[in-house]
Amino acid sequence: MTTLERTDALDALGTAHDAGPRDYWALLKPRVMSLVVFTALIGLAAAPTGVHPVVAFASILCIAVGAGASGALNMWWDADIDAVMARTRNRPVPSGRVSPEEALGFGLGLSVLAVTMLAVFANFLAAGLLAFTIFFYAVIYTMWLKRSTPQNIVIGGAAGAFPPMIGWAVATGGVSVESILMFLVIFLWTPPHFWALALFRNDDYRDAGVPMLPVAAGEKTTRAQIWLYSIALVLIAFAPAFTQIGGPVYLAAAIWFNVSFLSAAWRVARRDEVAAAADRHRAEKKMFGVSIVYLFALFSALGIEAVLRAVFGDYAAWLVLF
Amino acid sequence: MTSPEEHELHKRRKARNYALLAVLAGFVLLIFAVTIVKLGGHAGNPSAIAW
Repeated sequence: MTTLERTDALDALGTAHDAGPRDYWALLKPRVMSLVVFTALIGLAAAPTGVHPVVAFASILCIAVGAGASGALNMWWDADIDAVMARTRNRPVPSGRVSPEEALGFGLGLSVLAVTMLAVFANFLAAGLLAFTIFFYAVIYTMWLKRSTPQNIVIGGAAGAFPPMIGWAVATGGVSVESILMFLVIFLWTPPHFWALALFRNDDYRDAGVPMLPVAAGEKTTRAQIWLYSIALVLIAFAPAFTQIGGPVYLAAAIWFNVSFLSAAWRVARRDEVAAAADRHRAEKKMFGVSIVYLFALFSALGIEAVLRAVFGDYAAWLVLF
Repeated sequence: MTSPEEHELHKRRKARNYALLAVLAGFVLLIFAVTIVKLGGHAGNPSAIAW
């Protein structure tokens, strides 16, 4: 969609009505926010240094608000394509309940508030990482990559991968191999997860002119890429088991869920669009579901390891290789 | 007498104002709680507080 078409589409959205609290809540993309809260919390809990529960709560709240703010900025910019896609048509801006200007002000205001308060509550590194995440999602991904390259989701995935790193920085004030590995797991998980969705939501993205990989490069390439990224993900996902945040529970979860992820990816990769259309994208939908459980399970395992270390001390030291 | 549309508008505005009140009150409480935690046992000796 060109800038001119985008402006026309925004004009066509009409005058905003008085929005209720639920509309502002929806602007924060609460489902994305819940994933951010979860992974940031695990990043914070897995860190070797403890944080006072009140400071931890306040910091996680700032990270959640920062993520919500970037969601509001995304909805402000993407209102034109949201109005075209069935999945997003009822969002507050395209439905006319919140004006684009209001969404912009809301997103910018909350961004500044979240970053400033995180600097006060935790430290400047955590606040800097949060600011960079908001900038990356709102500007690099939403305004630039999403509409210009089929690799949008690959690079844009970094924005969703930062929260555990921010949580870790809140506790330790630094960046280390463990937090980089948590980042990499989400970073490599994002492309196969969204491409599986794009395979069965292809029409939506095509109508909106978003160059998702199945639209720009075709289904065959997308299926091959899903397989390649899944292999890279599985290799990286084992690594945390052998660091100080891992242990036997994480290793067992990594074995079980990596096998399940790879087999779901293989079923998607080996078939073509005719077979997919015949059973209404059953394998693709299955893989999308498996990928959600996968990320939740691996990070939950890291959380369990943190609890076990708190109770039994350094019980899995024999497994630490780096 | 107000029309049904106006009534609905006022209801939404009122809900929005109450939500804002709750958020502001929560924010004040949060700042207060973090301040108490950060001060810890060093309220009489600010130079010993680890920020």
